[in-house]
Amino acid sequence: MLRIDNLKKRYKTGDMALRGVSFTVQPGELVGLIGPSGAGKSTLIRCVNRLVEPTAGSIRLGDVVLTDLGGRELRKARRHIGMIFQEFALVERLTVMENVLSGRLGYVGFFASWLRRFPEADIQRAFSLLDRVGLTDHVDKRADALSGGQRQRVGIARALAQDPELLLIDEPTASLDPKTSRQVMRLITKLCAERGLAGIVNIHDVALAQMFLPRIIGLRAGEVVYDGPAAGLSSDVLTRIYGEEDWSKPAGDAEDEDDLPAATPQAATGLVADPLAVR
Amino acid sequence: MAVLLGEDGARGWRLLTAEQRRWRWFAWLALVAVTVLSWRVMTQDTIWAFVSDAPRQAQDIFGRMLPPRWSYMDRLWQPLWDTINIATLGTLIAIVIATPLAFLAARNTTPSALFVRPVVLFIIVASRSINALIWGLLLVAVLGPGVLAGIIAIALRSIGFIGKLLYEAIEEIDETQVEAIRATGAHPAQVMSYGIWPQILPAFATIAVFRWDINIRESTVLGLVGAGGLGLALESSLNTLAWPQVSLILLIILGTVVLSEWLTARVRKAII
Repeated sequence: MLRIDNLKKRYKTGDMALRGVSFTVQPGELVGLIGPSGAGKSTLIRCVNRLVEPTAGSIRLGDVVLTDLGGRELRKARRHIGMIFQEFALVERLTVMENVLSGRLGYVGFFASWLRRFPEADIQRAFSLLDRVGLTDHVDKRADALSGGQRQRVGIARALAQDPELLLIDEPTASLDPKTSRQVMRLITKLCAERGLAGIVNIHDVALAQMFLPRIIGLRAGEVVYDGPAAGLSSDVLTRIYGEEDWSKPAGDAEDEDDLPAATPQAATGLVADPLAVR
Repeated sequence: MAVLLGEDGARGWRLLTAEQRRWRWFAWLALVAVTVLSWRVMTQDTIWAFVSDAPRQAQDIFGRMLPPRWSYMDRLWQPLWDTINIATLGTLIAIVIATPLAFLAARNTTPSALFVRPVVLFIIVASRSINALIWGLLLVAVLGPGVLAGIIAIALRSIGFIGKLLYEAIEEIDETQVEAIRATGAHPAQVMSYGIWPQILPAFATIAVFRWDINIRESTVLGLVGAGGLGLALESSLNTLAWPQVSLILLIILGTVVLSEWLTARVRKAII
């Protein structure tokens, strides 16, 4: 359904963020994208809805080649791709309802949206989505009056208001506490299953990814170094993705601090050599 | 830069290196020298006999000003109304023109950073570099004396002020909110109205009422050059040495400014 072929992105600064990424996502499949900071995860999902312009390669959603679209066609295609953000990216000074309705902007004319005159069906859909994510009592509150978990649920409702075929989810839990993180991930996986939505989830937390996402893609320095079931994430594989570290020990036990610089791979700048050579 | 290595290899730290310290010392020295020099230039034409006389002169004028001639108030209502109108209409016109200019000037919303942005920035700087009083002087010569010249003078001066502050506010917005709206497939105009506008609304309101507040003050003196309002009455009173009328006008100006101050504070509180 989503097919990414040899996708490359070079930023103006010269950094190669993606060096030929290829994979496909089946309908209804939820894929976790893991990798160190700077590996290109955010760039990859932003290339899909063209918030970032890819340098080379192609992305297809169904029959549409997203990488070929311009202007009007691109906006039309974006309507079918929902996006959920790390810092929620709600419009802080608008109400919860306005934020959810903003998911319908692609379907409504400018003046109707300026006057907040959305079609009755859109409003009913927004109500039912807000019921579904448990925010029935907060409809008229301003977005900046909500807690982190509540805001992320508004973000989810906004993405679903688009009636998308595909969800792009960028670090949905990085700004949330552990319990809320799990609740949000549970909600996302459940909603995707209910609607048969495909999705790509960027995620930092490997344990959380394994808990909720059946398929994992490991990205390192702009290249796919693992693509397989979550159960296959052995220490070897994690080393291949993140670099040398004793994965069996709890986090506080790091013995040798000599390799501190090496433990934060400057992947995007290409300072780390061939990831396979690290061992 | 400022990490120091002693002879025994011990590390020390200071904010500035020796060279930077020397430069700072010279900069301070230069500042003191310029101050002394300026003072000399400033005072060389002063006639000290007049200065020594100043307290008595001030007392004299103040004595003539009191009490204000309250009956003159009847003839001040119209100029007062004109002054408020000049400030309000001038600000409104400036807002209407400056808002699109700000979007064209902000680095993140400009259609062309190479061509449009420099042109708009020039308009903003040009408008800001000329005082409302001088705009008034020019416009009275072009349009003839009256309220219209005042309104346009105020508007021309305010365009630069509002445009500059507003485009700076636009450049400081949170881009992820804009990204999120764009990702829904929204039209660029919708991205502006949902992603950008709500973010700059508080700044917009503050800037607009702040400028209105300044314009009330500026329009009280615009009359001095014939552009209508209280200044006109002030000038004629000054010319005829009618000090009790002058003091009344100054009181009225003070009252108006205090009132506008209070009003702007209320508006700002209500919107933010």
